Amino acid sequence: MADESLAPLAELLPAQTELNGPHLEGLAAGELRLQHCTQCGAYQYPPESFCFHCPSTDLEWKAVDGNGAVYSFIIVHQRYHPAFGDRLPYNVAVVELDEGPRMLSNVLDVEPDAVEIGMRVRARIETLGDEGAALFFERAAGA
Amino acid sequence: MKQLRQRYCIVGVGNTPYGKNPGVSALAHNVMAIHAAIEDAGLTTDQIDGVLTKAPTSTFPMLWAPRVAEALRVVPKVTGTLDQAGASNIGLIQYAIGALELDQANYIVCAYGDNPATGTRASYARPRGDSVVAGLFGAPSSYAMIAQRHMHEYGTTHEQLGNVAIAHRHHASMNSNAHFQDPITHEDYDHSRWVAEPFHLLDCCPVSDGGAAYIITSEERAKDLGKPLVYIDGIGQGHPSWDFFRRDDMMTSGAKVAGEMAFKSAGLGPKDIDFAEIYDCFTIVPLVTIEDYGFVEKGEGGAFYEDQRTHVGGEFPINTAGGLLSETGMPGTQLVVEAVRQLRGEGGERQVEGAEVGLVSQQGGIMTTHATMILSNGGA
Repeated sequence: MADESLAPLAELLPAQTELNGPHLEGLAAGELRLQHCTQCGAYQYPPESFCFHCPSTDLEWKAVDGNGAVYSFIIVHQRYHPAFGDRLPYNVAVVELDEGPRMLSNVLDVEPDAVEIGMRVRARIETLGDEGAALFFERAAGA
Repeated sequence: MKQLRQRYCIVGVGNTPYGKNPGVSALAHNVMAIHAAIEDAGLTTDQIDGVLTKAPTSTFPMLWAPRVAEALRVVPKVTGTLDQAGASNIGLIQYAIGALELDQANYIVCAYGDNPATGTRASYARPRGDSVVAGLFGAPSSYAMIAQRHMHEYGTTHEQLGNVAIAHRHHASMNSNAHFQDPITHEDYDHSRWVAEPFHLLDCCPVSDGGAAYIITSEERAKDLGKPLVYIDGIGQGHPSWDFFRRDDMMTSGAKVAGEMAFKSAGLGPKDIDFAEIYDCFTIVPLVTIEDYGFVEKGEGGAFYEDQRTHVGGEFPINTAGGLLSETGMPGTQLVVEAVRQLRGEGGERQVEGAEVGLVSQQGGIMTTHATMILSNGGA
């Protein structure tokens, strides 16, 4: 289910690096993959070569369900970048995943004033352009 | 912890016009403000032996302080540029005190100047790394995220945020150098356009050109100069760090740690403070900050701003010259300048009667850094 208004975001996708590669490859495969510390068990994003919590360097990549709740959000009315021009006003949400990390993203398919702090959401991965994909969220079933 | 009381003074303050100064470079803003501070102190340029700067936000050049020193024709013994964003202006004073304590400099100038209103401001809307597709641009968006959570947790209202904008503008209406001087009402506030909801345009400080500077020296040297003494009684820093949305508590600023440190080094507490100059890049910031300093309980910042309690003549005046929201969007230097003027009794129409102890609060990034300074006039 491609959302056409998101298409201009393709040009803003991050370049693939040694560090973010597994995360981006996961999104391209339709999966949310996060780093997981084999020592302390914490999940983390953004990726690093060490654990922000313990700080072991023994990290593995794991797919997660991508369920979480809105921690805070805003509704952007100002046109900061042409890629967002057609979507104004749009929400930006801080989503706290059940696994712990907080992600900066958008809750799709809701009216701007329908987003609430505490609202349950689930990951929704959208393909952008030919090869890219990005993480968004949508209201969880029943939320 | 050692006490700092009455050993070091701010002896000269100066600033350029605030607002739009086309054709005046960031370097020129520094030089103009420093010359004004030198004149205010009754010094001459050749007596300045320390030059400390906060780098211009709009361009962030390397080796900035030596460039400013060169432009002043000063060969300093102490120089450097501190990267703590808006908290740098107090951080620089801690650096200056260290050099004075070691007798390695006598008169140290701290300065900031920039021209983002008429020059470039590209750095103000930087997208955020790998999350740029989320569309979080500019400082207003990030602070609005903090405001939204504060409103949710503590019931802070738009009307209370509006009170902050209105109160600070009220003070700017008595400041002929302020970027914005026309008083505003709740109607103006409510009708100003949304930038990033819950922020209206009037929740946000302007982008301003301007420069400001101050000179630090020992009490002994300060006594030989003509101006009323303004002592640095307490100083402290505390830095929440990291991306704001990844902090455990997004609504607690560095004011908690920095404030405790500053109060301890001054041997004072919140009840001893007569007025405050508080970093107010957005309306939510003074509310969070006065809570974290302990002037009010957590969550009660919004209620405190009611009933003109923070106006000059009120119970606890805050941002007597208009702050970032109205005097100038400059990141913090102007707050030190205004506190010194108040303690010298130079506030004119906006003078806080009987002001003896003032608190200056600065922060930078997205509540990433924080510094606090307590100034007094020794009851002069």
